Amino acid sequence: MKHPAVLVPVVLLASLAAACGSGGGDTLTIYSGRSKELVGPLLEQFADETGVDIEVRYGDTAELAATILEEGDNSPADVFFAQDAGALGAIAKEDRLTELPSDLVEQVAPAFRSTVNLWIGTSGRARTLAFNPDLISEDELPDSILDLTDPKWKGKLGWAPTNGSFQAFVTALRVLKGDDEARRWLEGVKENQPEEFSANIPVVQAVGEGEISVGLVNHYYVPQVVKENPKLKVRNYFIPGGDVGGLVNVAGVGQLASSNSAGDARQFVEFLLSDEAQRYFAEETFEFPLVEGVAADPDLPALTELEPPAVDLAKLDDLRGTLDLLEDTGIL
Amino acid sequence: MTAGGRRSPTTLALWAALVAVAALAPLAYLFVRAADAGLGDALRVATDETALHLLWNSVVLAVAVTITCVAIAVPLAWLTTRPDLPGRTMWTVLTALPLVVPSYIAAYALIGATGPSGLLSDWLEPLGIGTVPRPDGLAGAWAVLSAVSYPYVLLPVRAALLGLDPSLEEASRALGRSPRETFLRVVLPHLRPAVGAGGLLVALYALSDFGAVSLTRYDTFTRSIFLEYRSSFDRTPAAVLALVLVVLCVLVLAAETRTRGRGAYHSGRATGTRARPVAALGRARWGGAAACAVAVGAALVLPVLVVVTWATRGGGGADVAWEAALHSVQASLVAAVVTVAAAWPVSYLAARFPGRLARLVEGGSFVGHVLPGVVVALSLVFLGTRLVPSLYQTQALLTFAYVVLFLPLAVGALRTSLLQVAPSLEDASRSLGERWWGTWRRVTLPLVRPGAAAGFALVFLTAMKELPATLLLAPTGFNTLATEIWGASAEAFFARAAGPARGLIGLAAVPLALIVARDAGGKRARPRQPPATAGMIDTV
Repeated sequence: MKHPAVLVPVVLLASLAAACGSGGGDTLTIYSGRSKELVGPLLEQFADETGVDIEVRYGDTAELAATILEEGDNSPADVFFAQDAGALGAIAKEDRLTELPSDLVEQVAPAFRSTVNLWIGTSGRARTLAFNPDLISEDELPDSILDLTDPKWKGKLGWAPTNGSFQAFVTALRVLKGDDEARRWLEGVKENQPEEFSANIPVVQAVGEGEISVGLVNHYYVPQVVKENPKLKVRNYFIPGGDVGGLVNVAGVGQLASSNSAGDARQFVEFLLSDEAQRYFAEETFEFPLVEGVAADPDLPALTELEPPAVDLAKLDDLRGTLDLLEDTGIL
Repeated sequence: MTAGGRRSPTTLALWAALVAVAALAPLAYLFVRAADAGLGDALRVATDETALHLLWNSVVLAVAVTITCVAIAVPLAWLTTRPDLPGRTMWTVLTALPLVVPSYIAAYALIGATGPSGLLSDWLEPLGIGTVPRPDGLAGAWAVLSAVSYPYVLLPVRAALLGLDPSLEEASRALGRSPRETFLRVVLPHLRPAVGAGGLLVALYALSDFGAVSLTRYDTFTRSIFLEYRSSFDRTPAAVLALVLVVLCVLVLAAETRTRGRGAYHSGRATGTRARPVAALGRARWGGAAACAVAVGAALVLPVLVVVTWATRGGGGADVAWEAALHSVQASLVAAVVTVAAAWPVSYLAARFPGRLARLVEGGSFVGHVLPGVVVALSLVFLGTRLVPSLYQTQALLTFAYVVLFLPLAVGALRTSLLQVAPSLEDASRSLGERWWGTWRRVTLPLVRPGAAAGFALVFLTAMKELPATLLLAPTGFNTLATEIWGASAEAFFARAAGPARGLIGLAAVPLALIVARDAGGKRARPRQPPATAGMIDTV
C-alpha cells in the first residue's frame, strides 16, 4: 500500500458508524459479574427462547457494582447478575434495585435471598475441604474447621487467601465467633504452614496430585478439575453440624430500579429461577440449584443434606475488617 | 539561536490547553468523591500510617523498576540500531513486544515458572539446580513490571538514536575518541530527553499498575485502591488515595523536568536526509545478539511458554477469537491515531515554546497515566452518564478514555523527536514561501516520523492489552482479546486464555514489524524535497 495514512479516516469513519449502530432501545442490558465462560451459554438460551434481545456487559462483580452506583439513575443496566450477595446488598443499600414480587422470591429459601425482596440467590456454593483419599481417609477429617489449628495438620494444608470466597468465609467466622477467635484461628492455621495458592483451581490440582492432603476451597472446583483431568485423586468433604466451615454463599440477581425494560428484566429473573436455568447450574457449573425440585449433580449431596451455619449473607459485607485481619496476621 | 523565549502562537496554546483540560477530566470526579468524605476525613485517610507505608512501598517499586528499565532499554536500543547486529529487524520487533504482555499475564507466568512445581524448576532439574525460588512481594512485582515496561524506554530511545545526526559520532571518532568514549560523551547525553521521557512513563506505570502487585502481593497504593472498591463498595477512600497518587505524579514530573536541562538536542541538519549511523559492532555482534536473546527470552518467550503450557495441560480449545481480535485492533488503532493527534499540540508546545504554560499543559497530560485504569474508567462512567449520556458506552467515550490513559506515551515520544528537529528548518521552509501546512507536511512531519511512529506503537500496544476501562466503557458486548483473556483467567480456565493471549501477542507484532521495517530501511524517512540549504543556516 502506497499510503497507509489513507486507512486512518476509513477506520475512524467505520468506528463512528459502529458507534451509532449500537445501543438500540428495545434490548435488555445485563451487567454480569459472572464470567462469559460460566454463564454465556445460559444467557444465549434465554435470548433464543424468549426472543428478547440481550446485551451483556461482563466484568468484575465489585467493579460493576461500583459502576452501577456511579451511573445512578442513568444506568443502562436493566439487571445485575452478581457473583456474590455482598455486591447486590451494596447496590440495594443505595436504592438501585427494585422490589421483586414475593411469589417469585419465595421460590428460594429465606437464607439465600434479600430480607426485603430486593435480590434473589440463583445458585449456591459451599465451602468444603478438598481432600486426597489416597493420603487421608474421610474419617480423619475434622468435625469443625476450627480444628485445623491442630499441629497434626502441619504441612498438609493448602489455601488461597486472596480468593473472595475464602475471605467471605473468614468474614462469616468473624460474624459468628468474633474477631479474637477468628484471629486465633488464622494464626493457628498459619503455624501449620499451609501452602499458598493464587486461586482455588491450583489448590484442588495440588490436592489431586498429592502435593498436599487437604485444601480449603469452594465445592464446585473439585468436579470441574476432575472433569478436565479424571486421573486426579480429589474429593469434597462437606463439614457438617452447622460449622462455619460449611458456609453456603450464593450468586444472585437483582432488577434495577432505573430499568426501562422492566418486563424483560422480570422475565430474565424468572428465567434464572426456571428449571432449565437451575439445571444448567447443576450440570454445567456444578453449583447447587436453589429452587426446590431441581437436583444437584449426582456426585454431590443435595443442598438440603448440607448443614450450613446460620448466618445472614447480607451481613458478610465487612470485607474491609477481614482484609485488615488477614494483613495483621501476615497472611495477606 | 535556541527556541526558548519565543511566544507561543495563540491557536497552538489553545489546542494544547484544550487537550490538557480534557485529560484532567478524571480529577473533577476524584474531587467530587473525595469531597464526600469532608476535608478532615480525607486528610486522615491520606496521611495515616497505612497510607505512608503504601507511599513508601509504591515509591521504592517505581524507582527500582525505572532504573532497571533504563539499564535494560538503553543498551538494547543501541544494539538494535547498529547495522551489523545479526537478525537486527527481528530483534527490533521482539525486544519491543513485551509491552503487549499484560502485567497480570506476566505475573501468572512468573508464578507458573517458579516455585517447586514451576516450569523453570522442571527444566533445570536434570542439571541438578533444583527449585527456582518464587520471587514474592517487592522482588516479584519488580521483576514483572521491569519485564513488561522496559519498552517504554526502548522505543523513544531508539527513535532518538535514529534521529541523532550521525556526523556527531563521526566527528567524535575523527577527533580520536574511542567508540566507548563516543557513546558515553556524545551519544548518551543526546539521549537524555528520550531516557527521561521513557523513564517517566515507566515510573508512572509502576505506580498505577494493579496486575503485578496484586498477584505478587506487594502492598502499594494501587492495590489498596482496588481493595477499597472490592471490599467496601465505598468509592470515597479510593478517590482520596487516587488523589495522593496524583500528587506523587506531580512530584515525579517536577523531578523529571529538573533532569531535562537546557541543552539543545538538534544539530541544525535534517537528519532524515543522511545515511544511517555507520558505527558497527564488529566482533561484538554475536554478544549483542545474545543480549537481545536474553531480554526477549525472559520478558516474552517465558510468558508465552507458560501460556502455551496452560493450553496443552488443560487440553482446552485454543481458538483465536476472530471477532475479539478485530475489535482489539480496531479500537487500538483508533486510540493510537486520536492519541497521537491529540499529543501533537502538547508536545509541539513543550518542545518549541518551553515555559510555564508548556509545563502545565504537558504535566496535565500525564495525570491520567498515573491513575489506575479502573479509577479513570469509573470517573468517565460518572462524567459520561451525566454530561454526554448519548456517548456513554460508545466507542467515542472508550477512545476518550484511552486518550486520557495513554496521552503521555505519545507526548513523550513526539516531544523527544521534535527536540531533534532544529526550529530553523521550519523557519527556513516558511521563509522560502511554504505555508504552515506545507511546512508541517513536508518538513516537520517527515523529520519527526520516528517519534510519531514510536508514540503510535506505544499507544497501540498498550491499548491492545487495556482491561479495566475496556470492560466498563466499551459498547456493551464489545469483546476484545484482553477481555477474553480476562474472562477465561478470572475463572482460572487458563487453557482457554491461551488462544486469545497468543492472538494478542501475534497481532501486536504486525504493526510493530511494519514500523520497524520502515525505520530499518531508512530510505523512506527522507523528505521528498530535502531542504538542502537548511543545514547551513543554524549551528548549535
